Amino acid sequence: MGKPRRTKKITKGRAEPWVMWEDVLDMSVDGEGQAAEKPRSFLKEIDLRAVAPFFALALLLIVGAFTNPNFIGIDNLANVATRSAFVAIIAVGATFVISSGDLDLSVGSMLAFVASLMILFMNSGAIADPHLMLAAAVAFAIFAGAACGLLNGLVTTIGRIEPFIATLGTMGIYRGLTTWLSQGGAITLRSSEIQNIYRPVYFGSILGLPIPIVCILVVTLIAAFVLYRTRYGRHVVAVGSNRDVARYSGIAVDRVRTIAFIIQGLCVAIAVLLYVPRLGSTSATTGILWELQAITAVVVGGTALKGGAGRVWGTICGAFILELVGNIMLLSNFISEYLIGTIQGSIIIIAMLVQRSLTRKS
Amino acid sequence: METSAESGRTPVLAARRISKSFNGVQVLFSVNFDLLPGEIHALVGENGAGKSTFVKIMSGFEQPSSGEILLDGKPVRLPANGQAEHLGIVIIHQEFNLAEHLTVTESLFLGREITRFGVLDRKRMRAETRRALDLLGSRIDENATISSLPVADRQMVEIAKAISKDARVIFMDEPTAVLSKEESGVLFEQVRKLRDRGTSFVFVSHKLDEVLELTDRVTVLRDGQWVKTAPTSMLDGESIAQLMVGRELSSLYPAKREPDVDEEIVLVARGITTGFVRDASFEVRKGEIIGFSGLIGSGRTELMEAVAGLRPRHSGEVTIKGVSMSSGDAHAANRAGLAYMTKDRKSKGLLLGSRMAVNLTLQSLDQHGKLGYLSPKSEANALARAMRRFDIRVRDGRVVAGRMSGGNQQKLMLAKVMETEPEIIIIDEPTRGIDVGTKQQIYHFISALARAGKSIVVVSSELQEVIGLCTRVAVMREGRIVGWLEGDEINEQEIMRYSAGLKKMAG
Repeated sequence: MGKPRRTKKITKGRAEPWVMWEDVLDMSVDGEGQAAEKPRSFLKEIDLRAVAPFFALALLLIVGAFTNPNFIGIDNLANVATRSAFVAIIAVGATFVISSGDLDLSVGSMLAFVASLMILFMNSGAIADPHLMLAAAVAFAIFAGAACGLLNGLVTTIGRIEPFIATLGTMGIYRGLTTWLSQGGAITLRSSEIQNIYRPVYFGSILGLPIPIVCILVVTLIAAFVLYRTRYGRHVVAVGSNRDVARYSGIAVDRVRTIAFIIQGLCVAIAVLLYVPRLGSTSATTGILWELQAITAVVVGGTALKGGAGRVWGTICGAFILELVGNIMLLSNFISEYLIGTIQGSIIIIAMLVQRSLTRKS
Repeated sequence: METSAESGRTPVLAARRISKSFNGVQVLFSVNFDLLPGEIHALVGENGAGKSTFVKIMSGFEQPSSGEILLDGKPVRLPANGQAEHLGIVIIHQEFNLAEHLTVTESLFLGREITRFGVLDRKRMRAETRRALDLLGSRIDENATISSLPVADRQMVEIAKAISKDARVIFMDEPTAVLSKEESGVLFEQVRKLRDRGTSFVFVSHKLDEVLELTDRVTVLRDGQWVKTAPTSMLDGESIAQLMVGRELSSLYPAKREPDVDEEIVLVARGITTGFVRDASFEVRKGEIIGFSGLIGSGRTELMEAVAGLRPRHSGEVTIKGVSMSSGDAHAANRAGLAYMTKDRKSKGLLLGSRMAVNLTLQSLDQHGKLGYLSPKSEANALARAMRRFDIRVRDGRVVAGRMSGGNQQKLMLAKVMETEPEIIIIDEPTRGIDVGTKQQIYHFISALARAGKSIVVVSSELQEVIGLCTRVAVMREGRIVGWLEGDEINEQEIMRYSAGLKKMAG
């Protein structure tokens, strides 16, 4: 019979350094699916799923560099990052909603709606001083975004409607209102004074960094802090991974979910603040399909669509990947740029396949 | 060592020097085992003794690191992912594998539907299902949807499924964990019938009385090693427990201590009505351990959830330390010092995909930082403290809760609840599905908490548990509290009389 040989190592009540929470800059919220018996070597400690999107981004940069020498230039990359800002910032909000186990399909319409409201507000001429007017409009847009998010949250939680259906409904509502406000045409910022003050917010830069990129970084840093290092962030992950456990642990589940929708609304509002100075105009087609791009960015970034694990930095990475692919297609001549949608669609499927194979291994 | 010497029969399934390690950590050490045709063989051991891993290996869900498996005396390599069912080896899992929306017939034939000319032959499948259920003496309607069945019936459907697959070897992992005494009795009768027709069973259970009642032979594992295989008739509960633990179980239950009569009353529930619970009232004193007994489905959990604010109550009043609680406000009850520990640790108690620290502090995040900011250091300290206090044993502190043994999960859940520093703790099924050694520890924790002035309500389906721990016991039946027992009245006969409806409280 078996020799009494014990190799079981038992850790008992000692404060181990690895129990400490990873830094905010770390990519993983929790170690879902991590093997219990992993030996403690550094390489094996890396969660492959958290690193995969960054690896893909690096790969894409290398491929891009080979296709066109202009691609790897600072100007082009900064340009790509700047253009990804809208989707990236919206997707940061979507990371919260998806981590808490919900989904928001209305963000594209919401952006068009809030942007239209903001322009109409500035066109109303209620405040004479352009600086004050702009400040009021910014506050107004942020309020409108939060209100739209709150509506989504309440319909989903109090109304007890599946988030997919609830936000499908509000998506139609926001889009329809935008079309009505613009009477099928465009809504354009009339005051050239305000336009001149506001333009640098999209086209300007701080310390050489375009403001939209600064915006992405700030939003992401705050979001990462909230998700990884605050009580609310922990609640989001708990609610997303198992609502019953959260409820039995005394967490106000509906409130956590509603706040996630409000955060999403706020992120949309921030995207609006960058969007309006860029063109100074909206139309019924503004932001169409952006909700799908945002969800793609979140999922490509490694957040589980079923909730329970959020990766904010991965989301940003996902948004860059989407924009980079479009950029490479424009700069290269092998594939028609009309196929961008096809390629982005393929990316989400490939990303899911890669993630699943990584999960099996670990 | 080739065949079972005492009978001369060839074992239908046998293990020869099976070892298994996961990433360098060995969990099974050269285990031998044989299962004769037409026997019920108990596999017992503490949590973490390697029973589950062994069962998985013998049913093809895991491959052994070394050693061989013999089927009818010939070495085989069992196909993975349940394909061993084609060889007649069926495993009935602890967690059910039934799709809620399907009917009984549909779930029985899931993945192996009978067709005629490519169209489902529903009539024949229904007839086959009926036959399998009749064989079990079960009156479950073959057209009922799974979601409409009580847990006990679902268990029967699982077993009918195994029968309809012409299983020769059936592994049953804690089949009675969710069954009442009567339901278990029915199940055992059917199992014996099938055994007499030549089917072999491996019965994994922590309930030693059932092992003694049902099985022909017992194999004991301890720390991944084979300890003993013997005919059940040669053993008794005490000796099996000793083999499992490897030491004498001095006293499973700590000494009882009754609180003073003038001790402060900390929890009062008056006339609670919720779900099918009707007009239930009770009160708990500081430092007291009271018990709630009754059959499964008698409304105990519903009552406690209403008291803890986890479900709304239609009428009645809950007062914690003199403060009246509004209906359905779990947060307020929590703040007032009441904590409820669910019996359903896997779906309501722990985030299985998250680490221990996340689970531990989930209910008490306020303590770990200011203005919503969480301090990693403070959480790490809390985990270290809890692991020491509740003797949580894991190889790696980063292990996710879903990978821990049942006993450690239970301790973690207790630790999580205690993090909220409650004065009153309602513990629903404190030791469901955990081994005897851990049970003893948990009983001692409960007793120590009461001595420290905490009030404890124990809800349990195990009579011994309420008898061993509580100084007052309420018996529930069909949503009502039908009896209160104190002192010497707390014994099995009295409790059974009340819960079976043979006796009622005066007035």
